[in-house]
Amino acid sequence: MPVGRTAPAPPAPGTVLPDTPTPGPAPGRGPLRREGPAKLTGTALYTDDLVFPGAWHGATIRSTEARARLLAIELDPAFDWSKVVVVTAGDIPGPNIVNSIQDDQPILATDEIRHHAEPIVLVAAPDRALLRQAVGQVIVRTEPLAPVLDPLASDRVFVHYEIETGDLAAGFAEATLVIEGEYRVGHQEQLYIENNAMIAVPRADGGVAVHGSLQCPYYVHNALKRSLLLTDEQAQVVQAETGGGFGGKEEYPSILALHAALLARACGRPVRMIYDRHEDIAATTKRHPAVVRYRSGVAADGRLVAQDIEIVMDAGAYCTLSPVVLSRGTLHAGGPYACPNVRIRSRAVATNTPPNGAFRGFGAPQTEFAAEMQVNRIAEALGESPLDLRRRWLYRPGDTTPTGQVLRESVAAEEVLERAAEAAEFERVRARTAGDRAQRGPDARSAHGIGLALAWHGAGFTGSGEVHLASVASVELTADGRLVILIGSTEMGQGTKTIFPQLVADALGVPMDDVEFAPQDTALVPDSGPTVASRTAMVVGGLVIEACRRLRAVVEERSGGPFADTYRADAGTHGATRIDQHFRPYPGVDFDDTTYRGDAYPAFGWASAVAEVDVDLDTGEVAVRSVVAADDVGRVIHPVLAEGQVEGGTLQAVGYATIEEIKLHDGRYLNDRLATYLIPTALDAPRISTILVEAPFSGAPHGAKGIGELPMDVGAPAVVAAIHDATGVWIHDLPASPERILAAMDTLVRR
Amino acid sequence: MTVRFVVNDDPVELTVPGARRLLDVLREELGLTGTKEGCGEGECGACTVLLDGEVVDACLVPISQVDGHTVQTVEGLAARRPSVDRPAAPDDLNQLQWAFLETGGAQCGICTPGMLMAGQAFLASGAPATDAAIREAIAGNLCRCTGYTKIIEAIALAATRRDQAESLGPTSDHAGRP
Ligand code: FES
Ligand code: FES
Repeated sequence: MPVGRTAPAPPAPGTVLPDTPTPGPAPGRGPLRREGPAKLTGTALYTDDLVFPGAWHGATIRSTEARARLLAIELDPAFDWSKVVVVTAGDIPGPNIVNSIQDDQPILATDEIRHHAEPIVLVAAPDRALLRQAVGQVIVRTEPLAPVLDPLASDRVFVHYEIETGDLAAGFAEATLVIEGEYRVGHQEQLYIENNAMIAVPRADGGVAVHGSLQCPYYVHNALKRSLLLTDEQAQVVQAETGGGFGGKEEYPSILALHAALLARACGRPVRMIYDRHEDIAATTKRHPAVVRYRSGVAADGRLVAQDIEIVMDAGAYCTLSPVVLSRGTLHAGGPYACPNVRIRSRAVATNTPPNGAFRGFGAPQTEFAAEMQVNRIAEALGESPLDLRRRWLYRPGDTTPTGQVLRESVAAEEVLERAAEAAEFERVRARTAGDRAQRGPDARSAHGIGLALAWHGAGFTGSGEVHLASVASVELTADGRLVILIGSTEMGQGTKTIFPQLVADALGVPMDDVEFAPQDTALVPDSGPTVASRTAMVVGGLVIEACRRLRAVVEERSGGPFADTYRADAGTHGATRIDQHFRPYPGVDFDDTTYRGDAYPAFGWASAVAEVDVDLDTGEVAVRSVVAADDVGRVIHPVLAEGQVEGGTLQAVGYATIEEIKLHDGRYLNDRLATYLIPTALDAPRISTILVEAPFSGAPHGAKGIGELPMDVGAPAVVAAIHDATGVWIHDLPASPERILAAMDTLVRR
Repeated sequence: MTVRFVVNDDPVELTVPGARRLLDVLREELGLTGTKEGCGEGECGACTVLLDGEVVDACLVPISQVDGHTVQTVEGLAARRPSVDRPAAPDDLNQLQWAFLETGGAQCGICTPGMLMAGQAFLASGAPATDAAIREAIAGNLCRCTGYTKIIEAIALAATRRDQAESLGPTSDHAGRP
């Protein structure tokens, strides 16, 4: 059967096809991706495609132990070191610190090595062959120390939180059903197809420009300024076309840019640092592994009356973004369900493993997996449909969250649940799979199952985060009459370069083609905050629209005519007009970081997924056949791009649920190659149907919330629920690998 | 060694070590950086090119094996080639590229050149564009952004248009290239 669900209708037979396809978007599908033609012709320039004449190649010498004392770095005297440069911690002009939340991560290790693959020495050479030779002549002398590898045994706590509401003891006293569970989720690699890459170029003013694959130009900018003692102008960060990020290029590029910049200063030439896949997997950040212990109490009348949750996240050797990852995980741990008595205690601890960091979902997929497992297990214990149970418990407008936040508006838990369940015919299929299960004989080779999940995801930065970021977004009418968007928010595939011109064209009443998007270069654009947390469309989009409204008012006031007809003439008369729009707190949104009370997010997005799987009962292998995903994004700006976010996020969640697993040995990732760390191929991918739901957020002028992370929260619990529906076993640990499924089925049979 | 081969209809002759990877020759010797490296181990398909019309991973092919053969890369697909002073525009694209643009088959774009080459070979094979056949055709090409949904749609759409064009007679060629 030919596919093409959303393809525009083909021309009727008999029509003569034009020689070249007619440019122009299909109706109702949103404008064409702006940088699409460059990407499709191979002319888009990613970091490794950039040519800098005379550039040297850089390499990083890394620890081969999880924990050790660094005794000495020796250079083999037989080698001619005059042809290369070597950089150690002593060559760093400023603090040997990667700028982040805590000042704990060195750019290059000095006395104690804290994780496998930790950077120790940098080398650059004019060509790769010489570089390889030089790297081979550097000797790192160490003395091993006992590593801490088990997060539950770690006594070094980076951060901890506690949220308490109601009376937990009273809640459990009222409960007639108490369900307990412990859930473990492992590392997940972002696995953007373009590895981390950075090129540093010395500047004439003594500074350095870096060109790289990155999400957050100003994170890198701050890191360079601080450790290389540079001014705002001397540090220049330019984003090259970026081949995927998913959080993996949020904080990691800072250390890589520092490495490249240190080498470029040492040799006085451009230095290329392009990781290969092996180095990228071995050394860069992953999703935090977590252990979540959960106790839920249900009253005799079926109300959820108590939730007691304990979360331990493994931060790895350094803090990186763990406080905010853990915060988001903690705030979402109860799931999208009203409960009067809740206690959530969480901590992120240090282990001697490579540091973990940002990855789509940012702590929430870990804890919401546990929350959904609990709900599904409670439904089973009550003998109730998991759909009906959620209908009773889910958040509705006016409900209060564990931080005391009243959900005043933009609450679409019910709508996403109903839409997904209806489109997937959840109850009908579930009745069929129940019948199949009842009739299944001992010779059955495979089993089909269906599962459901529901989630919420706070839009924008947590708590007072957006206030601290103090983002600026600008729109300029240039002296020569062009309209230019100036933001530091980056395109990495999600569609920034398309939706912003769209929003501006709409706000100014001009054709989209007349709106330019300035390059993400810190020398040109202001700091509109990091491109993370599904905040770009909502927060930065809102600022840009406000800037446009002001620009329009200024020009129309001067010209007395409509903006579209008068702005070019206005530029001729008045020269450039630039509007810098500064973030202002959303009215009525207030959060106390010390007590963890108040409005944790200005609004939440809501997601539901229904997955169907086939489980091979002999091998335990799972094939995810279909996922119906309903996601509330506030307001759809661009349907094709929004669907693309849901589809991609859903498949990452399916990978998380079924095959993606990092195996560790003595603190080292064992499967640090693409042949051994598997992600879903087109053959593994389910049919994904997306339903976009719109519950607009009044704080944003266009009503949009985030979208990127929502699908990541629901995919895994839906798949694991479907595996249970097929097999009768609950898999508490991700991924639900064939070994785990077979072992669980074995136990079930023995019982 | 000296190798002679044809890239995107242009004959080339170079002297390079025979073990040098086709991928490096394309990117570094010929400046054809449209072909990407994602793993260097034949696992991701980002480096997919056509060698005498067959899909290969350019990271696994030593240049010695290319001597006397024909290579097609993403740069050879466009109906009209963009240049430094004329950036790529929608009306440069061939049918398959155009279908990717319409359906949203390219997000970050790093897998796209390889996907296009695998898709182009599939279209040229004339095989019926079933969902299963398309998935099989791109099974060696990893994409982390799209969930493959819109890539499959794009290839199916281009195939539909190819079939229609064929049923109309000799107004367009078999590769679906306008
Ligand atoms: S780079 Fe050739 S297959 Fe990955
Ligand atoms: S579009 Fe990004 S990897 Fe495929």
